[in-house]
Amino acid sequence: MRQLFDRDTWNEIFQSIRKNKLRTFLTMLGVFIGIYIYIGLSGAAKGLDNGFEKQFETIARNTMFIFASTTSKPYAGFKTGRRIQLKLQDVEVLRKQVPEIMAIAPRNLKGIFGSEPGVVKRGTKVGNYSVYGDFPEFTEIATKKIFDGGRFVNSSDIDQERKVCVIGERTQKELFEEDEEPIGAYIAIEDVNFQVVGVHKATGGGPFDNDSDIFIPFTTFQRLYNTGDNVTQFTIAAYDDADVIQVEKDVKAILKRIYKVDPTDEKAIGGFNLGAVFKKIFGFANGLTFLSLIVGVATIIAGVIGIGNILLISVKERTKELGVRRALGATPSEVRNQIIIEALVLTLLAGIIGIIFGAATLKLIDVLTADVDIPYTNPTVPIPYVLMSLFLMVSLGILIGLIPAQRAVSIRPIDALREE
Amino acid sequence: MIEIKNLHKSYKMGSNSLHVLKGINFSVKEGELVAIMGSSGSGKSTLLNILGMLDELDEGSYDLDGVEIKNLNETKAANYRNKFLGFVFQSFNLINYKNAMENVALPLYYQKVARKERQEKALKYLEQVGLKEWADHLPSELSGGQKQRVAIARAMAAEPKVLLADEPTGALDSKTSYEVMDLIQKINDQGNTILIVTHEPDIADMCKRIVHLKDGVIIEDKKVEQVRAAQYVQ
Repeated sequence: MRQLFDRDTWNEIFQSIRKNKLRTFLTMLGVFIGIYIYIGLSGAAKGLDNGFEKQFETIARNTMFIFASTTSKPYAGFKTGRRIQLKLQDVEVLRKQVPEIMAIAPRNLKGIFGSEPGVVKRGTKVGNYSVYGDFPEFTEIATKKIFDGGRFVNSSDIDQERKVCVIGERTQKELFEEDEEPIGAYIAIEDVNFQVVGVHKATGGGPFDNDSDIFIPFTTFQRLYNTGDNVTQFTIAAYDDADVIQVEKDVKAILKRIYKVDPTDEKAIGGFNLGAVFKKIFGFANGLTFLSLIVGVATIIAGVIGIGNILLISVKERTKELGVRRALGATPSEVRNQIIIEALVLTLLAGIIGIIFGAATLKLIDVLTADVDIPYTNPTVPIPYVLMSLFLMVSLGILIGLIPAQRAVSIRPIDALREE
Repeated sequence: MIEIKNLHKSYKMGSNSLHVLKGINFSVKEGELVAIMGSSGSGKSTLLNILGMLDELDEGSYDLDGVEIKNLNETKAANYRNKFLGFVFQSFNLINYKNAMENVALPLYYQKVARKERQEKALKYLEQVGLKEWADHLPSELSGGQKQRVAIARAMAAEPKVLLADEPTGALDSKTSYEVMDLIQKINDQGNTILIVTHEPDIADMCKRIVHLKDGVIIEDKKVEQVRAAQYVQ
């Protein structure tokens, strides 16, 4: 312990490190690269993770879309190819029977899944747009960023079947002049006038989203297109701790029972499980983190072994010096400690330089990719990871230092001095 | 100061055993300057190694300053060496990346002397050997004689009971040898006990007592009229 805090110990260690700069450099290179890779990779993995999270921050993680199609198997007396139509009443059944459901938003739509888009006019401007009939619950699942002064469809819109709409950014650009205020203005959907109550920002959330669309209250949609209780799609969000894949299975099984569909019919009730996709994406990021951990640790180990190796050679070179020290009264433990501390200093020094370079590289990539549209945000390495790698280096450094240290001690001073 | 009784030492060389020291009886009083002479293979270096606790005896006893030296583990031997003995080697054995002062201070470091005191003492002993101005020079910047004087300063810095010198002039020309011997004599004049292993008769004559070893036994042990080295210097 006394040795650890003595200026001379450090003097001697730095003297012996300085004595052979190339050797020191090569020794440290292994550990440096190891920690550099580790920091770089796990930071990049974290950046990717953050990037995905940012891209999908507008939509609940455990979201799925359920829609109906035609049957592909005959069942209960029905022929193959029967068209299934989801109904509004299914919502209550699903809510009751699948307690994992946090929110469920029925939606009717025009303009995707092969249906005709809505014809929208404003003055002399005419266009085709996707029209969604939504409940306000939809915003619990996927938030729409509404520009200042606007709002999304609310529950009194639903109750009163108001003719109001929320339009996408692109819709606004196409139907309005640049200096026109869209809020409060009217547009005609299928020749029925709707008042614009909000403009939503284009977001990258959800696979069917774009910004060339129009949202109207579900009930108004029913009236406008005469859809009755028909529902095109359920957007369902499960609670965070629920197993999304199981929830999807449960929901589909219930719907198949309601509509008398063969339970093994995969086509009749379709679904797009965003939660499962997220899981895969985040699983990929986690896998990358794990990979970086393995690669980093393995490289650190290789680097530390390199340090041990070089120190072993250096002990051989310094046999005589160590013999002289012991003739002058150095105890075996003093000699041992000196070499272990040397191993430790080399390891730590290389490690810290590696951490600094790794962090700098991450910062550089972050700055360079700031304007590029790839999922890479704020690449950081959690402090516990850094501390863990430092701890690993310290313990490995000491362990590997023991080998040359033991060797240095095992040479008797008389033999060491005799060696010319 | 040193008391050796019936000392035996043999080395195993494969199946053969080489009996190097065959019953040495030998004592040294405080303040003596003893030359141990003998041809190579006579056992003089082995004797010095045992005296220096670098090697262990097989049989017999060894007392140093009233302490019986036996069953030493490495740590104990290191502490005894540090406390009792100063070494001077034929090839100087200075640490090449330390300057003269740091080399001299090294045994004090292992004595756990505080840093400042170490430096003061090291400078004091360097001054005694006439190399104070060379304190911050590396061994590679010193001549052979200067290196040996630094080594002697290093041996003396620990204030040992006995100074052991193994062929201290073996690597030096005769003029430098005499300078080193002059220094050793002066240190002896101050009352320090010194043992020198040498095979050079003129060096032996500069001691006060000569012990002749041949084939592992002492064949001669005589007091001599000391030749002062100072007369050859300059």
